[in-house]
Amino acid sequence: MIGSESTQPLLEVENLKVTFSTRRGLVEAVRGVSLSLQPGEMLGLVGESGSGKSVTGFAITHLLDRAGHITEGLIRFKGQDITRAGGADLRSLHGAAMAMIFQNPRAALNPIRTVGQQIADAILAHRRLSRAEAQAEALSLLKAVQIRDPERRMGAYPHELSGGMCQRVMIAVAISCNPSLLIADEPTTGLDVTTQKVVMDLLARIAADRGMATILITHDLGLAARYCARVVVMEQGRLVEEAEPLTLFHRPQHPYTRRLVAASPTATSRIEDLVPDGERIPLVAVTELPPPHGTPLLLDVKAVSKRFDDGTVGVADFSMTMRGGESVGLVGESGSGKSTTSRMICRLIDASAGEILFDGQSIGQIPARDFHRSELRRDIQIVFQDPNDSLNPRYTAFDCIAHPLLRLMNMRSGDKLRQRVEECADRVGLPRELLSRFPHQLSGGQKARVGIARAIACKPRLLVLDEPTAALDVSVQAVVLQLLNKLRREDNLAFLFVSHDLNVVRMMCDRTIVLRTGVIVEQGESRALFANPQTDYTRELVDAVPHIAPAPA
Amino acid sequence: MGTIGATLLRAGRRFVSSLPALFGVLVFTFLLMRVLPGDPAVFFASGPNAGKEEIEVIRRQLGLDKPLPNQLAIYLYDVGRGNLGRSMMTGQAVAKDLKERLPASLELTLTALLIALVTAVPLGVLAALRPGSLVDHGVRLFCSLGVCVPTFVSGLLLIYVFYYLLGFAPDPTGRIDIFATLPPSRTGFLIIDFLLAGDLDGWWAAARQLMLPALTMALFVIAPLARITRASMLVSLGSDFVRTARSVGLSWWRIVVTYALRNAILPVITIAGIVFSTMLGANVLVEKVFSWPGVASYALDALLVSDYAPVQGFVLLMATIFVIVNLLVDVLYGIADPRATVA
Amino acid sequence: MSTIETSSTLRHTAFVLRGNPVTAIAAAGALLLALLAISAPWLTPYDPIASEVSAALQPPSAAHWFGTDQLGRDVLSRLIVASRLDLTIAVTAVAVSFALGSVVGALCGYAGGRLDNAVGRFVDVLMAFPLFVLAMAMVAALGNRVENIVIATAIINLPFYIRFARAEVNIRRNLGWVEAARACGESHVAVVLRFLLPNVLPAMAVQMSLNLGWAILNAAGLSFIGLGVKPPTPEWGIMVAEGARFISTGRWWLVAFPGLALMSAVLCFNLLGDGLRDILDPRMRT
Repeated sequence: MIGSESTQPLLEVENLKVTFSTRRGLVEAVRGVSLSLQPGEMLGLVGESGSGKSVTGFAITHLLDRAGHITEGLIRFKGQDITRAGGADLRSLHGAAMAMIFQNPRAALNPIRTVGQQIADAILAHRRLSRAEAQAEALSLLKAVQIRDPERRMGAYPHELSGGMCQRVMIAVAISCNPSLLIADEPTTGLDVTTQKVVMDLLARIAADRGMATILITHDLGLAARYCARVVVMEQGRLVEEAEPLTLFHRPQHPYTRRLVAASPTATSRIEDLVPDGERIPLVAVTELPPPHGTPLLLDVKAVSKRFDDGTVGVADFSMTMRGGESVGLVGESGSGKSTTSRMICRLIDASAGEILFDGQSIGQIPARDFHRSELRRDIQIVFQDPNDSLNPRYTAFDCIAHPLLRLMNMRSGDKLRQRVEECADRVGLPRELLSRFPHQLSGGQKARVGIARAIACKPRLLVLDEPTAALDVSVQAVVLQLLNKLRREDNLAFLFVSHDLNVVRMMCDRTIVLRTGVIVEQGESRALFANPQTDYTRELVDAVPHIAPAPA
Repeated sequence: MGTIGATLLRAGRRFVSSLPALFGVLVFTFLLMRVLPGDPAVFFASGPNAGKEEIEVIRRQLGLDKPLPNQLAIYLYDVGRGNLGRSMMTGQAVAKDLKERLPASLELTLTALLIALVTAVPLGVLAALRPGSLVDHGVRLFCSLGVCVPTFVSGLLLIYVFYYLLGFAPDPTGRIDIFATLPPSRTGFLIIDFLLAGDLDGWWAAARQLMLPALTMALFVIAPLARITRASMLVSLGSDFVRTARSVGLSWWRIVVTYALRNAILPVITIAGIVFSTMLGANVLVEKVFSWPGVASYALDALLVSDYAPVQGFVLLMATIFVIVNLLVDVLYGIADPRATVA
Repeated sequence: MSTIETSSTLRHTAFVLRGNPVTAIAAAGALLLALLAISAPWLTPYDPIASEVSAALQPPSAAHWFGTDQLGRDVLSRLIVASRLDLTIAVTAVAVSFALGSVVGALCGYAGGRLDNAVGRFVDVLMAFPLFVLAMAMVAALGNRVENIVIATAIINLPFYIRFARAEVNIRRNLGWVEAARACGESHVAVVLRFLLPNVLPAMAVQMSLNLGWAILNAAGLSFIGLGVKPPTPEWGIMVAEGARFISTGRWWLVAFPGLALMSAVLCFNLLGDGLRDILDPRMRT
């Protein structure tokens, strides 16, 4: 515990254990968590997937689904034991005393009820008001969460609002009866980085203004550090460390925290720093010289645009060049056209206009439909975003890696193929005994490795990486990024790195291109671009990334 | 209000988009006529005994000597004027025959649909509220069995039990005793006409007659309706927005009805359209089992004596009704789901 | 690779069946039904066609377990022989519509565009009819024969396969592994036939099993109203139709036993379908 407040804590959790009954028997998701929260305090609850952080939140608010049960421990709220509360007690707690804000705001709102009605529903659940009074109150709440044009939004349905707006409505619902405890479960995950900042600022201010204690559950250490006075770290159902953000970042005690802090990319971190010394992949000593200017361009994209069948423009007038071995980042928020661009360059979809030259040869003219027969197919490969659906569920890891070798290198099944696949597996650090497994038998990180092994099997010259780590936990991301960096140096690969994560792009890429609604906003050398953005939009993007304050000297 | 306008707009748009299907239906029934054994000219002749010359004249009049596209145009024109040909069996215009018999079929089908909905939705909701309970298992067993029993078997077994064994039901033939005095026809639905005429005895007789066939048909469709209600209610109850509703402490009733059920009913509306289609099909079987004087048994009788104009008219009528029902379902859905009006 | 996959699938199936006795029973029932149909001629205690007027309309007894009909024919023998015809009709019809519908649907779902539109229109027209009425009209038009029952049943099943395969392929066509296959040098057609279709097949198997039951009901319904199969051919629908005349006088066995046969066949296939769905996707339990 920090400090020495004499006031009674708002919430005390003692040795909480939560068990889920699943088809494979009982699974203990939370294994003895103790924490306490003062009134008005904002606490960060940080952990990777499977750490039990969300389950802890749901257990406190008694919103676990049917399969989950609190098996042990004590939850005290305002000095009262609510561990086994039920029925009417629970209903008077919910909303009035504690409320939750959920991860996916659009799904968390009733799709067929107007947002005004939903806020009014929440108000009427605890207060004796007429519908009209409740509606008026709802309107003032919409104003409080700073929704533009609140009178009109009262009658809007969730699908008519953006994700960020839905989350504001969700906040309005949660604070409607002035609860003294708010639990926000990954409130900004899935939102664009600029929206994320606006929503988090709003949430923090409202909580401060109204004196609500808040538990911010998140996987993002930086986010927790930026907004919380105190952060607890969870791993596999246990609480491993608790500290003020600065202490946590600069003097992490527990080995897991140390790993997590290292793996979380910051504005200054380098790829090499992401993994603790012991696990660092030794880099091949290559002196990184910028390629001489006389060498031909590897990729020359000239004024490419993409107009979809329904008339919408995905990408307009996009031009870029790349030299062999260079790494270029493509950054943008959702809808910026970065995925469309990467697929056009990969020749998986056709451009509507423009020209793409690869190694001096025009490849934009070959229809995407026929590109699989091109000699250059093996030279341009791609790594996909979600490792879960980037592997054919009916292929083993071996089959996945062997596929391009069979098709593009004309290899035959046999010892030679096996040898080659095993080499690839070794290079990406995938244990050979996993080669016979199917995707559902592999972890997220292992699947990502298979996807990378498949992409490098034919020794391509250009590798397009479409958010390769977006679906991974930071500690896994750290290892995968290191791996990619190593492969790039070994093979002199060119990377086109598509990502929404500025910190990652800054580490991975020599140059960066910022895209917005299909148009290039800014481009330049990565470090310079992020250190000194030239356009408002880039500056907004850079500012929105939650950073940890630099170490006190 | 804007919503009504949006709904009307949607209905109009859906109608326009169902026109190609309707046209396809017409082409299909036209082709059916061409393929069906028998001479179309005979349909339009005065009767089965029309002379060869008369038929030849009609053949030329109808343009049956012209190429197919022309004939199709003529057919469309005829259908447009409500001319569906003539039945050899009854000697009347098919359109008139169908019009006389349609209320009987609709009365049966709609009563069955009502019974099915009133039974299935509560059953599905009950089962979903207590998954794994005895009620749930019972409903699931009933659903599994319900879809397996063909209507013609369940109908006959119901007759055996309620007519032969218990003597509770009346003689299972027709809508009403042939000697009974019929009420003045206003809606064509006997149970409504009797009520309007204030004849309660007559109403009871008609209702008793209607009970078994309607029940037979309802039994067949309760299962799919209850099943979809249960499934969508389970999804609804497990959804994020119901969790939100719980997290702010809404009352049980509000959570279950306003939040869960109103969302869960959306797929039920969609399925109800499909169920109605199965019921129009099952009508043929049920009307045969209970000698119900509706359009289906009319078409069936005609089919067995190779009188094809009624069959063709019947198929067209069924398809048209189904298109209309789909339109209705769509409008209902649009009202129930604000998201639908956007698309 | 394929052997590993097969053996692990088999083991998985055996494991699931043990925890899922209803599906196991349904599978056994379906198997039994198939055996019954195959060995029907050697199993019947009496000649299913020969009439014996002196023994007409007898209730179930030791000699005739399921009683006799109006011509004195043994109901049990007729039931057993009828299983052949009913199953053949259903299996053939479902196989035809599956083979055609899955390929066409998969191509539409992947390619979209004009082909998809045209097929969509065709399916819309078919679906604009109440399907049983459509089948009735088709049998009437094509002629009153068993083949035409098969054709009609296949055609009315077609929309389901097309739509199902289309939807399943459509949700997968932009997944990473599909694009990866193309980056590995596969053509569009190869992606559909060798990658997408095999992934969709398990879900289609569920649909097939459910449709088998439906096809049996459909064929029996058609012959009940006098289309397709003609007496004295033993067929479940016809047997019910013939028995219907005697129900008002209490001869229940003429309807009940063929009805029971129909019901248990359909139930087997339905439960098997539900069970397959559970095996493939435990989340879809309903």
